[in-house]
Amino acid sequence: MTTIASGVVVLLLLWLALWTVVARDAFLAVAGFVVYGLLLALVWVRLAGIDVALTEAAIGGGLTGALLLGAVGRLRGTEAATAAEGAGAGTRALAALLALGVTGALVLGVLMLPEPAPTLAPLAVPALPATGVGNPITGVLLAFRALDTLLEAIVLVIALIGVWSFAPDRAWGGRPGPLYRADPQGILAYLARVLPPLGIVIGIYLFWAGADHPGGKFQSATILAAMWMLVQMAGLADTPRTDNRALRFGIVIGPLVFIAVGVLGLFTAGAFLGYPEGWAKPLILVIEVALLPTLAIVLALLMNGPPARPWASAGAPGAGPLPGRHAIASRDRPTRSSDEGGT
Amino acid sequence: MRLLLDVFSVVAIVAGAVFYLAGTVGLLRFPDSYTRLHALTKADNLGLVLVVIGLLPQVNGVLAGLKLVLVWLLVMLSSAAVSQLIARSARRQERRP
Repeated sequence: MTTIASGVVVLLLLWLALWTVVARDAFLAVAGFVVYGLLLALVWVRLAGIDVALTEAAIGGGLTGALLLGAVGRLRGTEAATAAEGAGAGTRALAALLALGVTGALVLGVLMLPEPAPTLAPLAVPALPATGVGNPITGVLLAFRALDTLLEAIVLVIALIGVWSFAPDRAWGGRPGPLYRADPQGILAYLARVLPPLGIVIGIYLFWAGADHPGGKFQSATILAAMWMLVQMAGLADTPRTDNRALRFGIVIGPLVFIAVGVLGLFTAGAFLGYPEGWAKPLILVIEVALLPTLAIVLALLMNGPPARPWASAGAPGAGPLPGRHAIASRDRPTRSSDEGGT
Repeated sequence: MRLLLDVFSVVAIVAGAVFYLAGTVGLLRFPDSYTRLHALTKADNLGLVLVVIGLLPQVNGVLAGLKLVLVWLLVMLSSAAVSQLIARSARRQERRP
């Protein structure tokens, strides 16, 4: 029975992947991609990879989907022209061939894995109690593969700098993202008032539970970032200016603390990112607590895009909000609504 | 008693699945955005509450049960809010020339 159910999900997943690739409309493709991510999370649950499932649902389906939706909104104006131009038959054939080649190589690689597959798990598991962390995923990510996690955090910060560098000179240091205007009595504003208290508690719970149960800073940071985005989109709070010192400090605090702990390891444990005996759990906690604000801020600011508004006049013409966002002009203020906005 | 609870669970969850099916049929068959939203929100909320009620006798501990109820409340809140936003957006696109 469960085999049949798994088979159905796998077939659905393959069909959805194909559908996402061949969809003509960018919006539909992104919608397909989000559903694909959620379905993939189900597959991970079935494989008992709850941590991976949470991450896939939060980051793969949710956050990446939202980022792609933002990109679709920005590309809306040029989509028809691009579609009309199209790609020649040769280019298509070449792309298909390349995709098939990569897929074939991957399939071959997986099939050629020796039986049993090579794994370091038998070596890692006996050493886990020394870290004091009950969730093996967290233990591996912050003890055995701490360098990977550190580089991941740094990559996110660099990605944000990359996004910011698209800002025009006049907007540099200003507030990122469109200025959302929503009906202050509307449903979005209501949701943005009711949901964040709950969301923040759930986010911190996920973070705290991550030590011993599935969860952790990435999933938690995604939820916190989503709550922040909700408040912004409802027009309740604007994004901070990107030259705000506190904000920039929040962005780099995670990697800085991580590197500091790593250097400390050089002296106390004899290796970069080594933890002295008995100190693993507290040090891991310090790193995680420092990484949480970094991840939450960076993820939310990545969603917002580069600083786009000249900071002298936040809502000035020429810096209008992006078209295609859900926002409603407030009734009492003669501002442009995001809906008809744009430059 | 155990058997009775199990039967209750199965009946409630199957009933929930039927509502989900009905909602999905509505989503596929109804003519415009508003009626499709109507089918989705009404039927799926009822389906979810039936599934949650059906699962409640199966969880061990009050805390796990409370989490299930919280999931139900959160889905209700978000689906109600999102369906309003979608309907509003659909309405605005209609008015556009």
